[in-house]
This record gives sequence, structure tokens and C-alpha cells, in this order.
Amino acid sequence: MNTVLDISNKNIPGSDVPAQSEGPIQYVNELTTLNLGPTHPATHGIFQNILQMDGEKIVSAEQTVGYIHRAFEKIAERRPFYQITTLTDRMNYCSSPINNMGWLMTVEKLLGITVPKRAQYIRVIMMELARIADHLICNGILGVDTGAFTGFLYLFQERENIYEIYEEVCGARLTTNMGRIGGMERDLSPEAIRKIRAFIKRFPAVMQEFEKMFNRNRIFMDRVVDVGPISAERALSYGFTGPNLRAAGVDYDVRVMNPYSSYEDFEFDIPVGKSGDTYDRFMVRNEEIWQSLRIIEQAIENLPEGSYYADAPEYYLPPKQEVYKNMEALIYHFKIIMGEIDAPAGEVYHAVEGGNGELGFYLISDGGRAPYRLHFRRPCFIYYQAFPEMCKGTTLSDAIVIMSSLNVIAGELDA
Amino acid sequence: MQLTNRSKQVSNKEMTLAEKMYLPAIAQGLAITIKHFFQKKPTIQYPEVKRYLGPIFRGHHVLKRDEEGRERCTACGLCSLACPAEAISMVAAERKKGEENLYREEKYAAVYEINMLRCIFCGLCEEACPKQAVYLRHDRFVPVFTERDQVIYGKDRLVEQLDDRYVRTGSEVRATPTEPTLSRSAT
Ligand code: SF4
Ligand code: SF4
Repeated sequence: MNTVLDISNKNIPGSDVPAQSEGPIQYVNELTTLNLGPTHPATHGIFQNILQMDGEKIVSAEQTVGYIHRAFEKIAERRPFYQITTLTDRMNYCSSPINNMGWLMTVEKLLGITVPKRAQYIRVIMMELARIADHLICNGILGVDTGAFTGFLYLFQERENIYEIYEEVCGARLTTNMGRIGGMERDLSPEAIRKIRAFIKRFPAVMQEFEKMFNRNRIFMDRVVDVGPISAERALSYGFTGPNLRAAGVDYDVRVMNPYSSYEDFEFDIPVGKSGDTYDRFMVRNEEIWQSLRIIEQAIENLPEGSYYADAPEYYLPPKQEVYKNMEALIYHFKIIMGEIDAPAGEVYHAVEGGNGELGFYLISDGGRAPYRLHFRRPCFIYYQAFPEMCKGTTLSDAIVIMSSLNVIAGELDA
Repeated sequence: MQLTNRSKQVSNKEMTLAEKMYLPAIAQGLAITIKHFFQKKPTIQYPEVKRYLGPIFRGHHVLKRDEEGRERCTACGLCSLACPAEAISMVAAERKKGEENLYREEKYAAVYEINMLRCIFCGLCEEACPKQAVYLRHDRFVPVFTERDQVIYGKDRLVEQLDDRYVRTGSEVRATPTEPTLSRSAT
């Protein structure tokens, strides 16, 4: 029997709607509702997509956010500035040093502290290492999602080495809490420098091997070329930034447009893609890894001498020895720990090029010990809005690939 | 769209004839895998083999004693104030006569508890302590727990034992590194 089916009523599986209208007879396959996530091994995090499937094709997608919302912006309103660093760790946990530094630079902007060159260079090194780690995860997992596990395993060994460098610089691997307001918590130790140099030496071979495996591999290219393209215009109107926007051909990079932390001192290119499809995103990230390596090389070679923290005794903890001998230092120690720093009232916005795009911090201070209001501009949240548009009309397996190439990270999506 | 003069086109989607064939790619991939068979294994056989951890690694908390074995903590509460996770709580008490060999200061922590389920090992307590009393050991992890009543660490588990003193290289919080050790040494 020929029937005209109303799609909206067919969302409930098994409901049969009898013919209601006359006119031309349409055949519409039965739509299936598919919950992709919240706990699905291919979503790399806790987010849900409610897909309407026509066979293997995606007719529409609806995304749900908030599964790991932890109210960071609200918590931040009750926390002294130095404790908020620990909250930023947990946003994009693949590149927490960038988040830490971004937040610290925001506070320094509010307080008007100039950080010495050495600290800025150390920060650049750590941020670029974090970017490499972030891109390694994204591209490695893109390989896994297309069925190539090998590259992922070999890359993760290098990510492990990056984490060992973090360990030597700040004492932790994932939730780094790196840096302090006014500089770094400690200087780069000789061991840390040795490890960074060893990394620079060893890493290119591993990366070349990975690129050899993937970049021109027909099997991989068939899976990613022209999958999930987004035009530069659409990407811009969504508010895309970072590698996903550059893949669409716009060479926007916060490090170049609004240099912070001495990025103007370094030579590097901005890789761009052509049509913003998954292959472009993959290639842009690969090239960014090389560019980050270039920046680290320059920074470690030209690491300036000098202090690793600013001369700002009201905001930067004095050394412990001073605290015992010196009354002033003791008072500052207590004031800083108790959060009683005199932050001026005002508004600042500071953006850094995060692992995933422009990571912005919008801070309003009313002069108290904690922010009056703090907003994180989280690139993942923006990318995820575009996901339904990008996966419409593709197959389920492509949707997984698109999501992993957008590098949506649940911690940053929900904050 | 070009905004700067530093952009660099990296994507080329045209495949050459050689690239269009599947077989070479498969052989290439297999070759890489086989090559890795004969390379050094990165796997560490934990717990038989333990990895070197940096001298500033943030692990298990310890409440230090001074050279004479007296507890250093004076229950000033700065550590619990600095703790972003609100994991530390304490009850202060006054030192009585005859207890001078137990407590260094006139006020001490009668109860000192860290909730390890809340703690995020950020190290801010160590930085906050004006008495160099609380440290995060670089040589020990907090063990896995399975029951909720195991997670609150009291003084019995935090204060360092006299026969198991913790020495951090360098006397202050900003630790100086030990000499370069191989990253993967067996201990
Ligand atoms: S390490 Fe951080 S979270 Fe843990 S007790 Fe110390 S201050 Fe609190
Ligand atoms: S551990 Fe240190 S900071 Fe904490 S209460 Fe004792 S003396 Fe004060």
C-alpha cells in the first residue's frame, strides 16, 4: 500500500501513520532515532547526539551539551585569582598549560604586571608543547576512528614524553596548575631543559613516520577527503577559530594577530587548508605540530637570562627563606595566600591560541578578592554548534570522523 | 581569505597514480609495524619496575617533623585556605607543659585531615605553608582506595614516621633538581 508518511511522526520507531493527505505519493524510508553518546566509545567524551537516520544516512542531528558541566564560571566567582588556575586545567585537558597561561595572562593584564622575558619564553615553550600534545591526540584518534590504530600508539609515546617534561616543570602530568601570577613557579631545571632538547631531537622522526603512514595514504584519504566540509563563510559566521577555521582557508591565528607572551619574536607559518574538510583539518594540525616544534627550538635556543618572575611582591609569593627573615615578605605571603590582593576594578579580555582555537577569558573585577564575573570563550562549544550542519547527509561513520577531527573535548565544551 | 603574509597552503587532495593504488600503502604500513617489532619496547612493567619521577612530583602528602622529631605544623590554617578543593580540615590545640618534645610550636593541629577524594594534587598547600610542614612527596603515590572511609587521611597516615623521613632535595619548596637520571630506570 502506498502511503504518505509524515516524518515528524515517524520519529517514534514503530508508529505507523496512515495516509492523511491526497496528492502525489511520496516514499520516505522509515527514520530511526539513534543516540550517539553520551557514553559511546567513539565520542571521546560525554556528549550526546540524537541522530535521525534514514538507513545509513543522517537526516538531522541534535546535540545535547551539559553532561559534565561543573559550573566553573560560578565557582570562579568565589575563588581567589590564584586558585582559578586549577579550574582552567580541567577545561581542555589535552592542553592544560595553555589554559593555565591564558588565565594567568588575563590576571596579569588586569593587575598591570609585566612578565620578564625569560618567563615569557618558558611559557611559550610550555604552550607549544601543549599544542603538540593536543594535536597529537586529535590526529592520532582521527586515525583510530578511521581504523588505523598504529599511528595513534606511536604518537602516544611522544605525548608521554611531553608529559614527562610537564612533570619536570610543574610536578604533574595532566592537571598541571603551571605558572603563577607574575611568572612561573620555578625556573626550568637543567633536567627539564635536557628533556626538552631530547624531545626536539627525537620527535621529528616519529612525526615523519606518522605522516608517511597517513598523509598520502589512499585508504585514509578516501575516508576523510570531502567529509564534513565547511566553507570559510559558514565557519566564520559560527565563530570558528583555530585549526578548524584555518582548514577552511582563513589564516587567522591569535598568536600572529594579537601577539602575547613574546610570540612576535618567533618565526612560524600559519598552515591553511582549502575546503575545510576533514583532510584539511588533519593536514593543518600536522603542519602546526611542525611549526610548534620550530617555535620551541627558537625559544630554547634564545632563552633569555634573567628572572623567571615579575617584580611584583604583592602578587608573587616570596621565597620561603625570605618569609622567615623578612617581615614584609611574611605579610605578603599571608596576604597572597588569603587572597587579599588589591585587584583594581575593571574589565579585561585576553585570548590565547588554545590547542583548539581562540581561548578567551573575559574577566570583570569589582575590586574584590575574586572575579565579579568570569567567562571562558571555549572554542569547542562553538565547534559543536556546527556539528549538525556538517554531518547532515553523511553516514554515521563519517559523523564520527567529523566529530573527532573537530576535536571537540567534553571538558571544554561544558566547562 | 588571507589576513597575513605568513599563510602556507598544506593540503593537496590530488592523488598521483602511485598513490591511487591501495597495495603500496598497505605494504608501507606493514613495513612500519614490522620495523617496530625490533625496536626497544617503551612499556614499563609497573609495579615491578617503577618510573623515575621528577623531584617536584606532586604525590602523597606528608606532615613533616623537624630535626628533633617534633611536628612542625602550627595549625595556622593557611593550607586549608589555599586549597582550591577544600580538602583540608583541622582542629587546633594548645601545647601543654611537657609536650615540647612533641610539637614545635605552642599551637598544634590536634586533628589534621585531608580528604583524598577531594584533593586534586595541585600543590598549593605546600606553597602556602609558612612552616614548611606540609609537603607533597615526590616518591610516593596515594594508593587506590575502594571504600569511602579509606579516603580521609588523618594524622596517623600523614605525619611522617621517624624511621621513614622524607627528604626533598633542597631545603625549600622550590626544589632543585637532582642530577639527570635516566628517564626509565628500574628502582
Ligand atoms: S594538593 Fe591542592 S587540593 Fe590537595 S590538599 Fe593540597 S591544596 Fe588541597
Ligand atoms: S600544614 Fe602548614 S599551613 Fe597547614 S596548618 Fe600546618 S603550619 Fe599552617
